Amino acid sequence: MIALLIGSLPAMRAFGIAFLWSEQWNPVKDIYGALPAVYGTLVTSLIAMIIAIPVGLGIALFLTELCPKWLRRPIGVLIELLAAIPSIIYGIWGLFVLAPVLQTTVQPVLVDSLGNIPGIGALFAGPPLGLGVLTAGFILAVMVLPFIAAVSRDVFLTVPAVLRESAYGIGATTSEVVGKIVLPFTRVGVVGGVMLGLGRALGETMAVTFVIGNSHHIAASLLAPGTTISATLANEFTEAVSDLYTSSLIELGLILFVITFIVLAIARLMLMRLEERAAK
Amino acid sequence: MNLYTRRRASNALILALSFAATAGGLIVLFLILGSLLWNGIPALKGTLFTKMTPPPGSQGGLLNPIFGSIVMTTVATLLGTPIGILTGTFLAEFGRGSRIAPAVRFVNDILLSAPSIVIGLFVYEVMVVPMGHFSAWAGVVALAIIVIPVVVRTTENVLVLVPASLREAASALGAPQWKVIVVVTYRAAIQGILTGVMLAIARIAGETAPLLFTALNNQFWSANMNGPMANLPVVIFQFALSPYADWQVLAWGGAALITFTILILNIVARWVASRSSFSQ
Repeated sequence: MIALLIGSLPAMRAFGIAFLWSEQWNPVKDIYGALPAVYGTLVTSLIAMIIAIPVGLGIALFLTELCPKWLRRPIGVLIELLAAIPSIIYGIWGLFVLAPVLQTTVQPVLVDSLGNIPGIGALFAGPPLGLGVLTAGFILAVMVLPFIAAVSRDVFLTVPAVLRESAYGIGATTSEVVGKIVLPFTRVGVVGGVMLGLGRALGETMAVTFVIGNSHHIAASLLAPGTTISATLANEFTEAVSDLYTSSLIELGLILFVITFIVLAIARLMLMRLEERAAK
Repeated sequence: MNLYTRRRASNALILALSFAATAGGLIVLFLILGSLLWNGIPALKGTLFTKMTPPPGSQGGLLNPIFGSIVMTTVATLLGTPIGILTGTFLAEFGRGSRIAPAVRFVNDILLSAPSIVIGLFVYEVMVVPMGHFSAWAGVVALAIIVIPVVVRTTENVLVLVPASLREAASALGAPQWKVIVVVTYRAAIQGILTGVMLAIARIAGETAPLLFTALNNQFWSANMNGPMANLPVVIFQFALSPYADWQVLAWGGAALITFTILILNIVARWVASRSSFSQ
């Protein structure tokens, strides 16, 4: 942390606080700004969470309420194995398998249908490249899915059987029990799990580097290439020639660390509060 | 009756969606493994393990990165495991009721999910810059920093599960506390601790981001820990993004190799854990 601070001093001195919202990234002129990378990081994580939260909760619901007992463990383990696959594998898979499929099937449909609606149309404009912010968000969603599913499943199981049974007893359906009893009871834990997943999505490097397209411009369209903090670091760090360049990259790393630290700290505090309540 | 059918319908819809979510997660897992097998098997020839990384356009293997990965993973595990076990022991045995323990636990949890690229940056600042060159040692330190929190977490969790009566029996025989821990507690918890170490190895075997700025890469055979060393994840990264078909084939081969090693480690670790007498 302190090491990062010292390393980023030259960049801070040169650009001041404006580093945070300057869109320039020009190694030739030695001018750097963090905005495109920070924007890309936040947008890809947002897409990932929009996809992963409902799917993760669905998996947790399936595992706790629907699944026959003997299948619970194997399916749970398989979902958790998704978390064990190294991120570089997601990257290579995203680049060679997923991106071409998205380019030829999903994205043209998005462009033709949603792209013509005024307002949100701008999000889906432009040629379907396959690589880009949307693809990166999708890969991230798959990567954080096991975290959200596993944590939600574990906290769903902490709901006292009495609560569940009394709800069933007055005739509630399974989905009503989960929506009105289980979810409110475990809200803190679920949010903690989501934040944990968000922390991973924000800092994820290799998978995103493969598929995001690495362009230092902010485009309105989700199909356009962009960049994230970690992808910028991975691509440019070993090629950075001037001291100011290196220092700017380190400052980017510092920003990333601060963002993820805040998210993770919130997640941990929420989960800790839940554990205390469970202990009582 | 109308209300009743509507509730039944919404229940069925939500349950179907949650089933679809689970199926989707499993399908993605099998798609990834399938494409790894499909693309990786052709590369898994004998020469993969006997030849060096080739220049583009000629035949070769992955001998030097495989060697480098094994060396760095081993050394990092040897470095990180004792520190992790000792910290876990402190938290579970000595830290109960103390003020430092919750703080250590909190920092450890943050470290557990901190972005690995930030850890790489940190090691770059404190080791690579002062030394003036990239080295395998820096890579080892970065990996060890990732190993420690995983081992701390699992060690603490299994030590807490060891029944107090075992400890009390040993203490009643007059054994000092260190002897109780080494002879009784560790022996009872050894399977759980092993699980943690295996999970940690699985985690670092596929780590790419922290190695980019520390161990770098090396096209040639090198057993010198003081210089840049080849390693599988970074080679996969470079070869997959290269335009040469034979490099991409090697990247797939390496990816398949790494993924299945990690999955096997994970499954074995879970199997050991489920055999352990004190697992939940």
